[in-house]
Amino acid sequence: MQPTTLVLVLIALSLTAWYCGRARALAVAGGHSRSVRLHSLPGYYGYYAAIWCLLPALALMLLWVTFEPRIVAALVIKGLPEAQRSLSPGELDLLFNTIRNLAAGDTLADHPDAVTNDAVAALREYSSTSRRLLVTFSLALAVTGGVLAWRRIAPDFRARNRVETVILGLLLAASTIAIVTTIGIVLSVFFESIRFFREIPVTEFLFGLNWSPQTAIRADQVASTGSFGTVPLFAGTLLITSIAMLVAVPVGLMTAIFLAEYSSERVRSIAKPLLEILAGIPTVVYGFFAALTMAPAIRHLGESIGLEVASESALAAGVVMGIMIIPLVSSLSDDAINAVPRAMRDGALGLGSTRSETMLHVILPAALPGIIGGVLLAVSRAIGETMIVVMAAGLAANLTANPLEAVTTVTVQIVTLLVGDQEFDSAKTLAAFALGLALFIATLALNIVGLHVVRKYREQYD
Amino acid sequence: MTRRNTQEIVQAGLRRRHRKEAIFRTFGVLATAVGITFLGVFFVSLVGQGASAFRQTFIELDIEYSEEVLAPGGELDLEFADYDALVRNALWREFPDVTDRRERRELSRLVSAAAGFQLRNALIHDPGLLGTRGRVAVPASATVDMLAKGKVDRGLDTAQRPVTDRQFQWVDALAERGRLRINFNAALFANGDSREPELAGIKGALMGSFYMLIVTISISFPLGVAAAIYLEEFAPKSRWADLIEVNINNLAAVPSIVFGLLGLAVFINWLGMPRSAPLVGGLVLALLTLPVIIIASRAAITAVPPSIREAALGIGASRMQVVFHHVVPLALPGMLTGAIIGMSRALGETAPLLMIGMVAFIVDVPGGFSDPATALPVQIFLWADSPERAFAERTSAAIIVLLGFLLLMNLAAIILRKKLGRQW
Repeated sequence: MQPTTLVLVLIALSLTAWYCGRARALAVAGGHSRSVRLHSLPGYYGYYAAIWCLLPALALMLLWVTFEPRIVAALVIKGLPEAQRSLSPGELDLLFNTIRNLAAGDTLADHPDAVTNDAVAALREYSSTSRRLLVTFSLALAVTGGVLAWRRIAPDFRARNRVETVILGLLLAASTIAIVTTIGIVLSVFFESIRFFREIPVTEFLFGLNWSPQTAIRADQVASTGSFGTVPLFAGTLLITSIAMLVAVPVGLMTAIFLAEYSSERVRSIAKPLLEILAGIPTVVYGFFAALTMAPAIRHLGESIGLEVASESALAAGVVMGIMIIPLVSSLSDDAINAVPRAMRDGALGLGSTRSETMLHVILPAALPGIIGGVLLAVSRAIGETMIVVMAAGLAANLTANPLEAVTTVTVQIVTLLVGDQEFDSAKTLAAFALGLALFIATLALNIVGLHVVRKYREQYD
Repeated sequence: MTRRNTQEIVQAGLRRRHRKEAIFRTFGVLATAVGITFLGVFFVSLVGQGASAFRQTFIELDIEYSEEVLAPGGELDLEFADYDALVRNALWREFPDVTDRRERRELSRLVSAAAGFQLRNALIHDPGLLGTRGRVAVPASATVDMLAKGKVDRGLDTAQRPVTDRQFQWVDALAERGRLRINFNAALFANGDSREPELAGIKGALMGSFYMLIVTISISFPLGVAAAIYLEEFAPKSRWADLIEVNINNLAAVPSIVFGLLGLAVFINWLGMPRSAPLVGGLVLALLTLPVIIIASRAAITAVPPSIREAALGIGASRMQVVFHHVVPLALPGMLTGAIIGMSRALGETAPLLMIGMVAFIVDVPGGFSDPATALPVQIFLWADSPERAFAERTSAAIIVLLGFLLLMNLAAIILRKKLGRQW
């Protein structure tokens, strides 16, 4: 039985359990005449039976599906002859993959030897046994659970409270998913990074000036041994981020000021949604625009005034990224400006200052912490932005502050290191996770500070 | 004396101050204009580049379904016959004065490689065509397509353009004879990816995105709503609730590529799920959109006035009954709006999908959740990398389709909010 069919059968069983539970509740209550008072509505008795029928069986299934492949693999490998078992882990993985493909009916693999054939048969055997056991156990569990729950149904049984406790538990579990995700991110990036730092010292990673992750595959190759100094990557990231901020902060801030203080209601009602469209355009589209429209335009412009511009200049990527971030900066600034109490504005205007003076001398200083928090969030967004730089920035790690040259960023390198087929254990692949860790820590710090400032500030005038 | 002095001082400064005011205001107008101008430039250039990809050039040829050409050996097998020869012969008949082998090969390149398949399908569908002769519109090759749409600069050097002088003449001759036809490009919506621009379509990518979004919504919506309900209605004010709150806000701002790393490490390496599968992509995007949905759902729940809860509690409902019988139904439009906005974010997301191997060149249209697939934005990324002129056009077309879907989703969200949303 396929897992999906099994789930459907379980759901059907629990529906039956719901019906039987409800029917029994009605029966013990003396049918439709309701001669005995039930503690809960009859439906709750049904739900009680259905929950006991469905949840334990589903939980078993989930555990089973998670751990089964590992256990089966271990059993198959244990059954292999001594010669194969003493292979290196990598070769053993390869062999097991072949076995698995053969067992799945892949006829393209080269002619297997007797040992492999035995292992394939064993794998099929184990898998089908495991499937049978799973079906038997989960169905048995479902029926037992349903029947036990059904037998407990009595007029004074507190079915509603039980059901509500279970639902509350499920809601609580759902709310922890955010924490689980964070832990998952930290752990998955962290462990691979530790493996990376076992091969490459942390100091080289953080302070090395040379980034060229190409490692020699064979010992006799000329290729470098790979150097993993990330300073050029962080410098490139900072360069592009600064260009983006130079575009986004003034434009976003001035837009927010204009829309909040100067524009008529009609202009605002048109301009604001239009600008919000900018925030909804997928980043891959910005990347396409940066690579195919902005970069050539900047290059032509540069050449016409006699400047040498790389075709994948940091400027093009940075400017387009800045445009992408304008709505973020402007909406956060708008929040901050609107949080300044009306009285401060009116006071300044009443003393005879112009609107720009009110803005520059009264409102902006008061709104500054909120704006800075917003800018921090925008910086974090720019650092983590991937598609624009992957498509429009370069691959070569140049250590330069010239915006007309090509630079590379942390996210570009993560993508280049992980796209395509590599073995999973090489320092090159693991380096991507180390970069991911650095990226995560940097953005997390910016986010926490930014969110804290924004929120604290918002409360200040409330 | 003093009063007058003050007035003079103010008067003297006033012009300067008003000039400053005007400059400041101008900056504001300019800043707003920058964003809107960019938007205009962006859409104009996009439509300018992409609109032509929705139409494609066809060449009408007099095809003779002759048995000798299809099966020179004698035995005719409709499945594996030489259909390309039919196309070649038709072209050669069209230009009888071309006899040189090299020129003839050049000539046969005017027609797409798909022409043979088209004839094959036609003949298998209707074997009665055998021995007849008829005019058939077959797709032109990408270079002819570009030429016919006027996207090749004829002034360029021969070495710098993809079309030879002879091909120019032939295409012009075909156009003169009325054999070139520009029709709706059905291949764009009916095919998967291809190395030949004129055959490449977005159906595979669309289906991949579709399967992925199904996985995403069916995981993130129930989980997100449940989490929001717990946090708003049941969670005691405690450190734990604060921790969850901080976590959700942070997750919403974590770079999407980091979610891709999570998916690679957990779903693919640890749980052994298949690479390039919509299932894994959907799971990663579900985690990514979860914060969006939780935040929107919480806002929708908070917007339900307390009086409704109090009334329900007052007539004896339990807290769970209050939530599920009253609060959730009233907050549902807001939750759905949040879900649609989350889905539109998921639809445009590219970076995490690159991490989990959804960038492969996949020709087949995926038929399920674990088939190798790609997604619409990833297809855009792949095509944007292709050097051919014809792919740039198709990239723009794919972007237009993607933006169209996003627009539809956002419109749906707005309409939902307007129709079902309630002001308290």
